[in-house]
Amino acid sequence: MQVEVNGDAMELPDGATVEVLIESLALTGKRLAVEVNEDIVPRSRHPEFTLNPGDRVEVVHAIGGG
Amino acid sequence: MTDTPEVQLPEDKPLEIAGRVYQSRLLVGTGKYRDMMETGHAIEASGAEIVTVAVRRTNLGQNPDEPNLLDVISPESYTILPNTAGCYTAKDAVRTCKLARELLDGHDLVKLEVLGEEKTLYPNMTETLVAAEELIKDGFKVMVYCSDDPLLAKRLEDMGCVAIMPLGAPIGSGLGIQNRYNIKLIVENASVPVLVDAGVGTASDATIAMELGCDGVLMNTAIAQAKDPIKMAHAMRLAIEAGREAYLAGRMPKKMYASASSPIDGTFF
Repeated sequence: MQVEVNGDAMELPDGATVEVLIESLALTGKRLAVEVNEDIVPRSRHPEFTLNPGDRVEVVHAIGGG
Repeated sequence: MTDTPEVQLPEDKPLEIAGRVYQSRLLVGTGKYRDMMETGHAIEASGAEIVTVAVRRTNLGQNPDEPNLLDVISPESYTILPNTAGCYTAKDAVRTCKLARELLDGHDLVKLEVLGEEKTLYPNMTETLVAAEELIKDGFKVMVYCSDDPLLAKRLEDMGCVAIMPLGAPIGSGLGIQNRYNIKLIVENASVPVLVDAGVGTASDATIAMELGCDGVLMNTAIAQAKDPIKMAHAMRLAIEAGREAYLAGRMPKKMYASASSPIDGTFF
C-alpha cells in the first residue's frame, strides 16, 4: 500500500504499523514524534497502530530554533 | 590596613515559571549556529536553563547517525521550550505544540508564537489568542510571544498564559527595545513573568530590558550571529545580571541639569 510520509509517497506492506514504518526509515530509538492524518500517535501505540492506504504521516524531531 | 567586612548583597528571588524555579533569567534559542558543537558551547556560556527548539520534519533517507539536537541539549540538563516558529495560523501552532509534547514525553511547557507576515514576523495577535485558549484548555503551559500592547498582554495573562513575552523589536532584527514605555506598562500590570522575546542585538539591549523590570529575556540571533557567539553568550549572561541588579537597586532620578558630586564647602580657591 502507499502512504504519504513527510510529504513524499512511500510503499509499505499492507497492515504495516507505525513501528514498522519507523523501522523501515531506520529511525528506531530516535527522539521523534508521529502524527497520522493530523492526530498524534503516542509512542506507546506505535506497535499496534495500523496504517491505511493514503494515510498522511508526519515524522518530526527537534531542531535549532529561537 | 584593616580588613573591610565583605559586603552582603541582598538575595534576589529566582525566576519562577509555571511552578518551576530558575536561577538564570536568560533564555536562549538554538537556531542559526554554525554547528551543534557551537550551539552547545554558547548555551553553556550563557548559563541559560531554558532553551528553545523548533519542531520540523525529520529528514528521511539521509544520514541516520546525524547528531540529534536533544542529544547535545538534553532534556535532563535543560528545560526544553519547543516553539511554534513558522506557524501563521492557530491551527498549525496547536498542532506543533501537540507534536512537541509527544516528542518530549509529555512535557507541556511551550512557546507559542503565531506570526502575521514574513517581512516583520510580527505576531498575529488574533490567531495567538485563539491558539492560547485552545492550548491552555488542553493542559499546556503557554509562554506567549506577543505584541507590546499592554491590554493584550493582560488579556493573555487573564486567559492563563504562564509568561508574557512581548517583542522588543522584530525577530532577528537586533534593533533593541523600541518601546520601553509599553514594556514597562506590561511589567507593571503583570502578575506572571514578563520576558522580552526578540529584538535584542547586543548586551546593553538585554540590560535595558532587565532595568525596565522584565523578569527575563529570550534571545537567539544576538548570540548566534555575533562574531564570537560563545563570548557574546557570556556577555549576555553578565548583561542580564547587571540589568537585574540595577533594577533591584533602583536607579537615581533623571534631572535636567547638573548636580555636583563634590561638595562646594571647603574649597580654598
